[in-house]
Amino acid sequence: MRHLLDITDLSVSEIDALLKKAEDIYKNPSAYRESLKGKKLATLFFEPSTRTRLSFEAAMWELGGCVLGFSSADCSSAAKGESVMDTVKTVSFYADIIAMRHPKEGAPQAAAAKSGVPVINAGDGGHNHPTQTLADLMTVKQEKGRLGGLTIGMCGDLKFGRTVHSLLHAMIRYPDNKFVFISPEELKIPEYLKQGILKNADFRECKSMTEVMPELDILYMTRVQRERFFNEADYIRLKDSYVLTPEKLQTAKSDLSVLHPLPRVNEISRVVDDDPRACYFKQVEYGKYMRMALMMKLLGVEK
Amino acid sequence: MKIDSIKNGIVIDHISAGKSMEIYNYLKLDSLGCPVAVLQNVKSNKMGRKDIMKIDSDTININFDVLGYIDPDITVNIIKDGKIAEKKHLELPREMVNVLFCSNPRCITSAEPELDHIFRLTDKKTRTYRCAYCESKSKNRQD
Repeated sequence: MRHLLDITDLSVSEIDALLKKAEDIYKNPSAYRESLKGKKLATLFFEPSTRTRLSFEAAMWELGGCVLGFSSADCSSAAKGESVMDTVKTVSFYADIIAMRHPKEGAPQAAAAKSGVPVINAGDGGHNHPTQTLADLMTVKQEKGRLGGLTIGMCGDLKFGRTVHSLLHAMIRYPDNKFVFISPEELKIPEYLKQGILKNADFRECKSMTEVMPELDILYMTRVQRERFFNEADYIRLKDSYVLTPEKLQTAKSDLSVLHPLPRVNEISRVVDDDPRACYFKQVEYGKYMRMALMMKLLGVEK
Repeated sequence: MKIDSIKNGIVIDHISAGKSMEIYNYLKLDSLGCPVAVLQNVKSNKMGRKDIMKIDSDTININFDVLGYIDPDITVNIIKDGKIAEKKHLELPREMVNVLFCSNPRCITSAEPELDHIFRLTDKKTRTYRCAYCESKSKNRQD
């Protein structure tokens, strides 16, 4: 039995196979309408979510299965003090697969140890969010036709951003990718990543997105949150440097792809939504197909 | 000072001077109920000073992983019928259960006390251990 707790639980060839499967479902959805008929997905969301939970649920319905679960800890026995392990053990008797979001880091690891069915991590605090990474990867693949040989700019909160770290772990395994980390001093990419997975990688760090814009193939935007700063003055001074506007896009390549895990607050100006380079709503769409492919894989269903 | 040699049991040798009580506590030797000798600041040609521990019991089950973590230079001699039956050289354990404790307040272990605290070795050179749940680095031991 396999779980997906961290994006590196999947090998490159498994990710490639998922991308291929997701693309096939995307092109021929009717062929998969009964692929998971009779299967039940439990969505255990101990904290709120819009996209991830609904995306999982839509994915399961579209494969012919059905869905049960809860969308906040208040609606479950967690409110009575039940442990994650007991909840998951219980749910294993009702469902064939579990998608779980929890505010505590590592909760899905604890759950998977006790679960009788596959567990998918749908976000555990600031730690991991592997199905977001699968959505990101499909977007890059669809837009660029490849996952290697790209210059990838990552902008905003690179210190705490779980989606950035997961995407980095995934993209670093493809050949000839270059990384440009654009962030304020306070939110730089952590040292342990620079000395770890980035040790032999081609990367540089900078503070301004305008200076590197012309060379980027991918621009991955993230939210710069007020509470990450030591003082309000620094936040106000810096926040606009990390907001993407049509002016900043003027020097960008015509085939740049702008990604964002969403929700956004103000870090991408709404006017940019009309630019053909804006891909963040495509990520939402592709995310559903990747979750379909993933659930089929974990349930051992080919077609 | 004379301590009798043991017939069946374990001798933990080459402990850095002063560390024996830490080992005593980690191994929970106080709960064994068998004779335990702790020798501190013994003269050593190799180390100058060292600690030695002798545990007189043929049934004890020692978690050698913990010893490897505390000090990989320690040697463990298993004594049977008054002779060294086995000499163990230790190394850093790949995984430890309930030896290190995760201090990340956002980790699931902080919310669910019945969970084992599991740490895995992620970098042998820097002796870095990370929590198996949240991947936080363990606090460095004060050597």
